[in-house]
Amino acid sequence: MNRITAGRRHPLARYAVLLLALGLLGVAYTLAVPTDDRAAASIASGKVDNVAEGKRLFEQSCSSCHGLNAEGIPDRGPSLVGVGWAAVDFQVSSGRMPMTQPGAQAPRKKPAEWVNDETIKQLGAYIQSLGGGPVPPTEEQVDASKGSRAKGGELFRANCIQCHNFVGAGGALTQGKYAPELTEATPKQIYEAMATGPQAMPVFNDSIITPDQKRDMIAYIVGLQNEPNPGGAGLGRIGPVTEGLLLWVVGISLLVLAAIWITAKKRQAK
Amino acid sequence: MSSVGPASNVPKPIAGPSSYLDDRLGAGNFLKRNLRKVFPDHWSFLLGEIALYSFIVLLLTGTFLTFFFKPSMEHVIYNGSYDGLKGVGMSAAYASTLEISFDVRGGLLMRQMHHWAALLFVAGMMVHALRVFFTGAYRKPRELNWLIGVLMLTLALLEGLTGYSLPDDLLSGAGLRITEGVAISLPLIGTWLTFFLFGGEYPGEDVISRFYSLHILLIPGILLALISAHMILMWVQKHTQMPGKGRTNTNVVGAPFYPAFMAKAGAYFMFTFGVIALLGTFGQINPIWLFGPYTPADISAGSQPDYYMGFLEGALRMMPAWEINIWGFTLPLSVLIPALVPMGIIMTGLALYPFVEQWVTGDRREHHVADRPRNNPHRTAIGISAITFYGLLWILGANDEISWTFQISLNWTTYIGRVLIFVAPVVAYIVTYRVCLGLQRSDAAVIGHGVESGVIKRLPHGEYIEVHVPPAEDIEAHIRGKEPIPVIPGADTEPGGIPPKGLRGPIGRLKAKLSKAYGGEKIPLDDGHGGHAHGDAGEHTAVGASEDKSLTH
Repeated sequence: MNRITAGRRHPLARYAVLLLALGLLGVAYTLAVPTDDRAAASIASGKVDNVAEGKRLFEQSCSSCHGLNAEGIPDRGPSLVGVGWAAVDFQVSSGRMPMTQPGAQAPRKKPAEWVNDETIKQLGAYIQSLGGGPVPPTEEQVDASKGSRAKGGELFRANCIQCHNFVGAGGALTQGKYAPELTEATPKQIYEAMATGPQAMPVFNDSIITPDQKRDMIAYIVGLQNEPNPGGAGLGRIGPVTEGLLLWVVGISLLVLAAIWITAKKRQAK
Repeated sequence: MSSVGPASNVPKPIAGPSSYLDDRLGAGNFLKRNLRKVFPDHWSFLLGEIALYSFIVLLLTGTFLTFFFKPSMEHVIYNGSYDGLKGVGMSAAYASTLEISFDVRGGLLMRQMHHWAALLFVAGMMVHALRVFFTGAYRKPRELNWLIGVLMLTLALLEGLTGYSLPDDLLSGAGLRITEGVAISLPLIGTWLTFFLFGGEYPGEDVISRFYSLHILLIPGILLALISAHMILMWVQKHTQMPGKGRTNTNVVGAPFYPAFMAKAGAYFMFTFGVIALLGTFGQINPIWLFGPYTPADISAGSQPDYYMGFLEGALRMMPAWEINIWGFTLPLSVLIPALVPMGIIMTGLALYPFVEQWVTGDRREHHVADRPRNNPHRTAIGISAITFYGLLWILGANDEISWTFQISLNWTTYIGRVLIFVAPVVAYIVTYRVCLGLQRSDAAVIGHGVESGVIKRLPHGEYIEVHVPPAEDIEAHIRGKEPIPVIPGADTEPGGIPPKGLRGPIGRLKAKLSKAYGGEKIPLDDGHGGHAHGDAGEHTAVGASEDKSLTH
């Protein structure tokens, strides 16, 4: 103990403290930003062939719009530098990319033939290697059973429904763009959509909506997807438009038929 | 009861008390007179009853709902059985609506039936009003009853609006916000009116309880009084009837109230009740638990009002963002015009039409035989034109859902709507007018030529013709029930002639012009008698068509 206290005055002590502090900071940083670290690690730890394979896939299926080096082509496809693996996972796993035809927006569809977990990972690794960006969430981050539906509902109503509708039925935006319905979105895709802001959607990064809040919202949306309709047929759950349609098409028609039936009489024979 | 035949057949325990009551109430005579009241038999005459019976269902289900609903905006934390909202702060009104939906036995069914019945109530009024309009059944002496009807329709919209707002969910809040926007946009009184209505800054804490009083007490009370007046007037003035065999302006042909019509009306009540129950059971309506509690900061895509408010929503969505700023005051035309103009055109137009028509035709006679819509082509064309105007606004109120479902650009639905709202009613007017004349011509052909018999005859010189036979008696009577629309005497004064007193001056000349265009006989029934190209082929003319079978002329 005395030796340490005596060493305080040593000429090299200040450097030692500085090194220690820098080291601590480095460790703290690595722990605080685990995602970047993990992505970097996956690239570093001998999986570089993923990047090479991803680049091959990219050149084959994506480069016609996004450019040979993902630098983007004006009026065709944006640059993908910095969009991150999460964006790749979202777009490709939901079938939105590759697009079949240019349009205001890419619709959800059945993913292309070559798409599977492995190829998405390779493509993601390639895009991630270009400029980093958000990476897909862990299983735990999107586990709906660990989130709070009620809290998620409040966040969902405050942030999402102006485009996606209260029940996630989707809605129209300007000039042919739209917010898609959330009935088929997987928890992972919901998370990635918030993290990357695909198409017309804004980005809800972790400083706006924390990962825990994202999980609450996923719990709410998954709850909506699984919730039965206690009142009968859901009618698309979009409220008065389909209700009014049903009233006029079924309600009034039935009653007019009933009126005709009640007042019908046999034509008198002459 | 007096209709039970001679007193000797009635068992004493019944005859005794009933004659006791009869001596004191005089009910026997009243019933004797009124139970034999004749009601005409045409399906369209039952449409008004949809509204009447829906109203009864509304009163019954509504009373049930009042047992559990708390009309308060007091802030509570939800702790009921719906998992998705547990622990969420909301108003007591919303929490109690959730309770009705999930924790009260039969509550959800009652809520759904109440809502479906409300939709059906307004729809029933609409189809009934259309029937009355297109058959001219609003003419003298029924103008006042027509006005009562228009008033009831307006009140029903108000009743719907207040009821829609009560659950205090996020969807109804959007409607409330628009109501506030309209109120505050009114010049001079807007701000004052808004603070009065909401008891302070929007949304305040009073509006739910105020709407509740209006919804369950004041408006239903007025409606009930008006319905009674409507029914009494209808009873006293008797029904109109469609033209037909043996039907004149001074009789009513149909079934007596007791027993035939009563059975029919009873059955129709059951049908209405049944349809409401069916919809309430199998059609989920207004799932407020999915919408969440109201907070003024949140708004959802696809927020719509109930369909009967759709035309106002459409007008609002279509309106360009115009406003006038003078001396530091803002006149928000983009809210004022859509809120007031379409409603004004539709409701004022409905209310004034009987009087305008009287002014134009100079027709002050009583009418108890209804017009077939084709026989008053201008009225029918005006009606269809109004339906087109209303219908377009209604559809445009759902333009986001249309854009979303059919993948049309939202902007284009607006642009197209802005053009169509002016063009489509005009086109509808012209097309309807021509269709009416075409139908009149085909009527004239039926009277003039008869109907095709299916028998082909070969003439000596080789020509084939189809033999026509006279139409069935009742059909002919129905067609011959047509009357020319009156024209003000002197309206067709030659230019340079001296018009009668009422038709001078600019307004008088306009009146004469309108009267001439609106009235008169466009296609006389006798047109089919040999005019045109058919004249030479004698066999074409129906056998016996020259006999005058007119009953109503």
